[in-house]
Amino acid sequence: MIRAAAGFALLACATLAGAAEIRPSRDYLSPELRAQQDDPSRHPGWLWVEEGEALWRRGARSCASCHGDIAGMRGVSARYPTVAADGALLNLEGRIERCRTEHQGEAAFGYESEPLLSLTAAIAQRSRGLPVSVATDGPAAAFLEEGRRLFGMRQGQLNLSCGQCHDDNAGRRLRGDVISNGLPTGYPAYRLEWNTLGSLHRRLRACSLGVRAEQFPLGSPEYLALELLLAARANGQPVEAPGLRR
Amino acid sequence: MTARGVVLLALLLAAAPAAGQVASFAVTGDAIAAPLEGRVGNAARGAAVVRNRETANCLICHSIPDATERFMGEVGPPLAGVGARLTPGQIRLRLVDPTLLNPAAAMPAYHRVDGLANVDPRWRGRPVLSAQEIEDVVAYLATLGD
Ligand code: HEC
Ligand code: HEC
Repeated sequence: MIRAAAGFALLACATLAGAAEIRPSRDYLSPELRAQQDDPSRHPGWLWVEEGEALWRRGARSCASCHGDIAGMRGVSARYPTVAADGALLNLEGRIERCRTEHQGEAAFGYESEPLLSLTAAIAQRSRGLPVSVATDGPAAAFLEEGRRLFGMRQGQLNLSCGQCHDDNAGRRLRGDVISNGLPTGYPAYRLEWNTLGSLHRRLRACSLGVRAEQFPLGSPEYLALELLLAARANGQPVEAPGLRR
Repeated sequence: MTARGVVLLALLLAAAPAAGQVASFAVTGDAIAAPLEGRVGNAARGAAVVRNRETANCLICHSIPDATERFMGEVGPPLAGVGARLTPGQIRLRLVDPTLLNPAAAMPAYHRVDGLANVDPRWRGRPVLSAQEIEDVVAYLATLGD
């Protein structure tokens, strides 16, 4: 069984390597946006990073009371999503919500809420520049396979798969956008069109809507599985969060 | 189902064009020779359909020979000269359902409702373009000669 899983993981790697070349998302940004993404003084996403760092220290049972200084979170977001001990696939948002409800005894913040976005941004920023390194074997393998199925499946009234845009047409213009490889590395990202910071799942809902497909809820099993597949595609690529997007 | 659900469903059905709204057609070679439902296309209306960003949104992927149009896509081939490259029947097939020609086609099928997965409930059972709109677009593209 374990051998089969390992064999499968190897096969999966070979498929990914054989697919279109994956390039960092920043390579697809306009030079202006790229420079702005690199410059905290001109990047509105940093407001969320600062708020998240304040939240990290706030209250008697603060995040810091268990984890120490947020600097210790270096490298953590690069390993998410990951499968928890109870078998659930957790992304960074899901991990934070678990700490909140199970260790802090507080109500969950809720997806896309300001405090959750802030904490996610502050923690992810600590991995900026580090290579994504999510596990794809063992308990992650089944989730990865589901993600791969969703990524390759034609969806919506416009009958397009994720891969038809993000593998086959990366680098080409779709209206005013340059299509990237659709990596999760820049999220949460400040998107000019949103005028705020948003999660990866919010971006995925936009792609679903774009092909007139059913939009899954934020934090849904479908988007979680896709997030793992996207992170596996991004293995070795640098974390860019908080990203800056048009 | 609750009474409210029934009313809502009835409203949705009323809002959507009646079912069975995809015209039947016959493929010969790589073309659909006959106009859908025998309709006559109007090139001016077709030009508006092609430019419409809410419905057909062709320019998300294609360019047309019009210097005033900004941000045209490059996922599909430029449509300049398409009326010289293809017959109206060939254009019609490529609009109705390009996968009939190439199963791996990236271009959406504009007059098809079957065999699509996870369609947004608002669009389920409806083609992107009606038979008349297809004919209008065919008429417009046929004018894009050399
Ligand atoms: C019709 C083309 C198209 C399809 C199909 C599509 N996308 Fe996208 N996607 C885009 C465009 C355009 C953008 C914005 C430019 C960019 O970053 O690639 C985008 C952005 C993204 C991003 C954000 C990348 C970044 O760094 O900001 C991710 C992640 C993504 N898509 C994943 C997906 C997934 C998963 C699917 C399938 C469920 C999908 N996309 C389907 C066109 C598409
Ligand atoms: C998501 C991208 C996309 C959209 C939207 C799109 N197309 Fe296409 N189109 C393509 C691609 C890609 C091809 C090449 C064949 C293929 O792979 O599907 C193509 C091919 C064509 C061709 C054949 C051109 C030739 O020279 O052989 C015509 C005609 C055409 N498209 C017209 C349209 C019109 C009109 C619309 C809108 C009603 C439209 N397309 C919308 C991507 C698109």
